Amino acid sequence: MRFVNALLALSGLLWAGELLAVPQIQHWETSNGAQVYFVPAPQLPMVDARVVFNGGSARDGERPGLAVFTNSLLEEGAGGLSDDQIAERFSSLGARFDNDALRDMALIELRSLTEPKLLDPAVETAALVIAKPDFPPQAIERERQRILVALKSQAEEPGDIASKLLFEKMYGAHPYGHRSLGEPAVVSAITRDELVQFHRHYYVAHNAVVAIVGDLERAAAEQLAERLVGALPAGESAPPLPLPEPVVGGSVRQPFPSSQTHIYLGQPLISRQDPDYFPLLVGNHILGGSGLVSRISQEVREKRGLSYSAFSGMIPMQSQGPFLLGLQTRNEKAEEALAVLQATLTDFVAHGPSAEELVAAKKNLTGGFALSIDSNADLVAYLAAIGFYHLPLDHLDTYIARVEAVTADQIRSVFQRRVKPQAMAVIAVGGGAIAGASDGR
Amino acid sequence: MSTRHLLSFVTLTLFAVPAIATPPEVQQRTLANGLKVIVKEDHRAPVVTSQVWYAVGSANEYSGLTGISHVLEHMMFQGTPEHPGGEFSRIIAEQGGNENAFTSRDYTAYYQNLERSRLPIAFELEADRMQHLALLDEAFNKELKVVMEERRLRTEDQPNTQMAEQFNAVAWQASPYHNPVIGWMDDIQNLSVAELREWYRAWYAPNNATLVVVGDVTPAEVFTLAERYFGPLPRRETPKLKPRTEPEQKGERRVTVQAPAELPSLLLGYKVPTLATASEPWEAYALEVLAGVLDGDDSARLTRELVRGKALAAGIGAGYDLYSPREGLLQVSGTPSSGHTVAELEQAILQQLDQLKREPVAVEELERIKAQVMADEVYKKDSLFAQATEIGQLETIGLGWQVGEGHLAQIRAVTPEQIQQVAQRYLVDRTLTVATLDPLPIDHSQMALQESNSDAIR
Repeated sequence: MRFVNALLALSGLLWAGELLAVPQIQHWETSNGAQVYFVPAPQLPMVDARVVFNGGSARDGERPGLAVFTNSLLEEGAGGLSDDQIAERFSSLGARFDNDALRDMALIELRSLTEPKLLDPAVETAALVIAKPDFPPQAIERERQRILVALKSQAEEPGDIASKLLFEKMYGAHPYGHRSLGEPAVVSAITRDELVQFHRHYYVAHNAVVAIVGDLERAAAEQLAERLVGALPAGESAPPLPLPEPVVGGSVRQPFPSSQTHIYLGQPLISRQDPDYFPLLVGNHILGGSGLVSRISQEVREKRGLSYSAFSGMIPMQSQGPFLLGLQTRNEKAEEALAVLQATLTDFVAHGPSAEELVAAKKNLTGGFALSIDSNADLVAYLAAIGFYHLPLDHLDTYIARVEAVTADQIRSVFQRRVKPQAMAVIAVGGGAIAGASDGR
Repeated sequence: MSTRHLLSFVTLTLFAVPAIATPPEVQQRTLANGLKVIVKEDHRAPVVTSQVWYAVGSANEYSGLTGISHVLEHMMFQGTPEHPGGEFSRIIAEQGGNENAFTSRDYTAYYQNLERSRLPIAFELEADRMQHLALLDEAFNKELKVVMEERRLRTEDQPNTQMAEQFNAVAWQASPYHNPVIGWMDDIQNLSVAELREWYRAWYAPNNATLVVVGDVTPAEVFTLAERYFGPLPRRETPKLKPRTEPEQKGERRVTVQAPAELPSLLLGYKVPTLATASEPWEAYALEVLAGVLDGDDSARLTRELVRGKALAAGIGAGYDLYSPREGLLQVSGTPSSGHTVAELEQAILQQLDQLKREPVAVEELERIKAQVMADEVYKKDSLFAQATEIGQLETIGLGWQVGEGHLAQIRAVTPEQIQQVAQRYLVDRTLTVATLDPLPIDHSQMALQESNSDAIR
C-alpha cells in the first residue's frame, strides 16, 4: 500500500463529503423509547442493523475497561443460549454479528439476508444478546484473560503506546483520558456484578439508537427495530460528559526498543455539534486530513521522505474529541520530523490556507460525498452517528452548502482561536526518544 | 446442532439461488494492444471504481532486486512529463476521488473511486503513467526513504510480521514466495533508479495489464473511453518468467524469531495445491471449506475448541488462498492464552487437524459453512471495490474472472469425504513448516518515562 490513513484507522468515525441524491432518512421511536433511523435500500436482498448505546469507555467511571469488558461478553451466553449456540445460530443463518465498544459508543452490528426465515431468527438471537446476556462466570474469566493479552499486545506496539500516552496527556482525568481497553490492574479486578450493573445501566432503550439500511418496507423496519431492542427496559439516557480541561502543553518521551520513533501532538478540540465544525473540518482537510496532497504529508513525506504516514485529524465526539497530528520516523530523524510537523502546524495556524488550497479541499469534500455513502455498510454507520450525536435529519441535505460556505478567513480565525500549537501535548515513543530524554528531566 | 438450524440452512439454499442466478452483467474486451478491459455494471449509486492491474509483483523478482515492484508502485505517484510531481493525486482529489495502490506477490494494482462522470480523468492519468513515468533521480531518492520507513513500520518493529517473513523464507526455497513483497531492507537500500527504469520498461505495458471498471456505467461507454485513452499505447513484449517451481518438501521445518515482544505466537503451514495447480479443481475448493471448518467464523472449530472450550488460545486463525497461480499454504496462526505455551497450542492445533483426517465433517457443520459462503455472495455486492478486486485478481493471475461466478456452485458441491481426503493427503508432517515468536523481554527499567511540563516546542 502506498499510504494508510492512520487517523481513519484510529477513529473509524470520520465524515467525508456529500451526495447530490441524498437518501431520505426516516426516523421514529420504538415503543420503549429507542431512536430509530432508517433508509430503505431495495437493490440487494440484505439488511444491516446497527444498535448504538451511549455506553462506551467514557462511561467507565473509576473502572477503566468496564465498557469494553461488558460489551465483549454479550455473545458469550445470553437468554440461556451458550456461547457456542449463539455462534452457531448466526453462522447457520448466514448472518454476520459484530460488537465493540469505543470511547463514545458501545455498538452491535447485524448483517443478514432479508428472507424472513433467515432474518427473523437472526434478529431474535441478536435481541437476546443485546438485552439478556447471562455473563457466565467461566466466560468472564476467559474474556478477562483475552483482554489482558490484548493489553500486552498493545504494550509491544510503539504506536499503541504513543496513542495511550497522548490521550492521557490530552485529557488527564477526563473520561476520554484512558484507553478503552482499560488497565491491567483494573481489568483483573472487575467483578461480575460490575459487568451486570454496567449493562443494566447503559444498555437501555432511552440510551439507544437503532440504524437500519436494507431491503425492507417501513412496516418491516419498524418490526425489526421493535424485535431487536423492544425487550430492553426504557431506562435513562446517559448524562452529558464534562468538557475536558484545556491542555497546558508538555511532552512525554517513552524510550522503546524500536527502529522508529512514533510522534503524536494533540489537544481536545471538537464536539459533533461544534459551531466551528465546518471551518475546522475544511481546515484540517487542507492541513493533514486528505492523504498525500495535504500540507503535512507534502512537508514530511513528499519533500523530505521522513515518514510513511504523516497526518492531522480531528475526531468529533460527544464531548470535545481530539485534534491530533502524527508520524513515525527512523529514530535519528525524530527531532527533525517533529520540528517539521510543528512548523507546518504553526504556519497553518498563523496564515491559514491559500485560496487554491481552499478550492481544492472543497472540491474533494463535495465531489467525494457520493463515495462516502455508496454502500449499505457506509450508510448504516452514518445513520447511527446522526442518531447518536443528535444531528438534524437534514444533515446530509445541507452538508455541501455548509462546506461551500467556509472561507479562508474563517479557517484562519477559528484555528487561531481554537488550536494552540504551543500548548499541545507532545508524545514520542521509540529509540530516538532516548537521545532526547535529558531535556525531559 | 438442532433441527431448527438445519431447516434454516435449507431455506437459505432455496432463497439464495435466484439472487445468484442473475449475476450483474460482466463484459470483456481486449484492445488491439493487448489491454484487457472488463466492465461490471452496478447502478446502485452514481459512482465508479476504476482499477488497473499489472501482472507483476514480488514473484517476478530475483535475489538482490526484492521489493522493486513495490518501490515502482510508489514511484507511479511521482509524476510524468505531462503530469509532473504529485499532480496525479492532486487531480484525483480535486475530482472528489480517492485513490491508492497495492502490491502483492503476483500483481500490482492501482485504483480510483470517483463520481461516475469523472471516469475519463482517471483513464487519462492511468494511460499517461502506463507509458510515460518520469522516474527522476531526486524523487526516487526521496521515495526510497519513504519505503524504508514503511518497512520499519510494518516489519522491523512488528515482531509478528518478522515471524511471518521468516516463515515464508523457510517454507519456500526456490519459489519466489520466499521473499517478502516489500523486499529485504538491504535490497531496498541498494536499489538504483536505473534498475527501476528497466523494471518499468519490462513490465508496464498494456498487454501485461487489465483494466477493471465496476459501477454506474455501461460497457459500451467504458470500451469507447478505454480505446480513446489506452488504445494508442504500444504493445511491448514482456520478459518470459522461469517457472521457479518449489521442490518437494521432504521433512518438517522449524524457525524461531527472537524479538522484543510481550507475547509469544505461532504460525504453521502445510504445502497445498491452489486452484491453478490442483490436478483436480475440487481439491482447492475442499481446502477452502476445510479452512472454513477451522476458522470460518465464531462457530468454527479453532475458536470453539481452543479459544472458548480449552481456553488455550487468546486468538487464533486459519487461512488458505485458493486464488494463487502457484502452490500455496494452508496456514494456522495463534497466540496462546496466559499460562499456556506455544508448544501446548501447537499440539492442540495438530489434534484439530488430525480430527479432520480421522472423521468426516458433520453435515450440519458443513452446511453452516456453505450458508456463510452463500450469504457472502450477496454481501460482497455491497462493495464496488470488492467486486472489482475479485475480477482483477482472478484475471491477472490467469484464472479468469468467470471462476468467481462459479465459486458458489463449486463450494456447494464439496462433500465431507472430500474434506477428509484433502486433509489426509496434504496435512502431513513432511510438508509442515512451523515458526514461533520467542519474545525477548522489553527492559522496562531502561525505559523510564520522561515527562516535562515545560513548553514542548523548542
